[in-house]
Amino acid sequence: MFEHYLNIFITTVFIENIALSLFLGMCTFIAISKKIDAAFGLGIAVIVVCLITVPLNNLIYNYILREDALTWIGIEGTNLEFVELISYIGVIAASVQILEMFLDKYVPALYNALGQFLPLITVNCAILGASLFMVEKDLMFVESIVYGFGAGFGWALAIVVLAGIREKLKYSDIPDGLKGLGTTFIIVGLMSFGFMSFGGISL
Amino acid sequence: MNLKKYQDVIVKPLIDENPITLQILGICSALAVTNNLSVTMVMCVAVISVISFSNLFISLIRNYIPSSIRIIVQMTIIASLVIVVDELLKAYDYETSKKLSVFVGLIITNCIVMGRAEAFAMKEKPLLSFLDGLGNGIGYSLILIAVATIRELFGAGTLFGYEILPLISNGGWYMGNNLLLLPPSSFIIIGLFIWLIRSLKSDQVEEDDFFVSKHSTSPDLSKREINV
Repeated sequence: MFEHYLNIFITTVFIENIALSLFLGMCTFIAISKKIDAAFGLGIAVIVVCLITVPLNNLIYNYILREDALTWIGIEGTNLEFVELISYIGVIAASVQILEMFLDKYVPALYNALGQFLPLITVNCAILGASLFMVEKDLMFVESIVYGFGAGFGWALAIVVLAGIREKLKYSDIPDGLKGLGTTFIIVGLMSFGFMSFGGISL
Repeated sequence: MNLKKYQDVIVKPLIDENPITLQILGICSALAVTNNLSVTMVMCVAVISVISFSNLFISLIRNYIPSSIRIIVQMTIIASLVIVVDELLKAYDYETSKKLSVFVGLIITNCIVMGRAEAFAMKEKPLLSFLDGLGNGIGYSLILIAVATIRELFGAGTLFGYEILPLISNGGWYMGNNLLLLPPSSFIIIGLFIWLIRSLKSDQVEEDDFFVSKHSTSPDLSKREINV
């Protein structure tokens, strides 16, 4: 059983890395990767939010939205899948808001470190994407916890690595037009080619 | 006199303030859906309609939205529009909708839509906001279509599925570049586009974060030894 979960985790982090293989959360990935510190903070925030929202959305999908899911309260023949998107984004926006208030009140140190990144996360497609892929893969509840953590972890890993490369490249002599955004795109392309090599691994 | 303003709102996002190459918005979907021109076109139409109508509706109610919950209100409007687009696509073009899979849903978190709602529609009049959405959507589509054209033409030798460059495997002369069919290649193509645009428009070039100070002693070139 443990092996099965480990398998899901490794697959999500390396083979189906949410940033470098599925290209989700790219806007923040490219915009906030100038410094390792900021990238690290954002990475942790994404892990936490993924870990909360993916299992929550899994419960909502399995007990409310799915076809015939409402049989447990005696209603049959329902299919609410068309409100999938709006409920997921609602859950994400609400949990980010609650997390923000909770951290502000009880863990001010962490709030100061993550605070500025939390509102950004609502519009980070990595989070919504993780929930949508969770549904597509048809995961059970415990699997979805592992998947959520793996997805966040993979994204965090990728952004910290990118920030490291960008810090190293800061002082290199780059043609004017390629400075900043241009090189970042090319680096991400090369990194993503690199991550494709994990694709051959079968677990 | 206002005509100029309306014109600006549409024309500027095309190259000068392109959402992808300058504002870093909406990159996610730019990469995953561009290996096939017809799928890309569907995606572009979906994004243009969502962004212009979300701008229009948000601008219509902008004076009634309390600023503390504005993100959730914007999200709800955008999500509803995306659901409409998603259902329409499933009904009329199921094949493409399968190919786009989760990426239609991800238009909700496409930061172009949120970004324009927040930066423009919350402040400006409805018609102007609608046109701004249209302009940004078209600017986004321009880059997407250009990337998709390069990837499909040189990767698979086809455009819209019709053969343009006959492949060797089909008895032609063109050796398809399989690298271009892989998703990461679109990053590199966009990177090169940025280079092109910024070489033409040098005001978009980013400043360095540091200064290079002058050499404290300038080298004496007259005494340079000549090694032959």
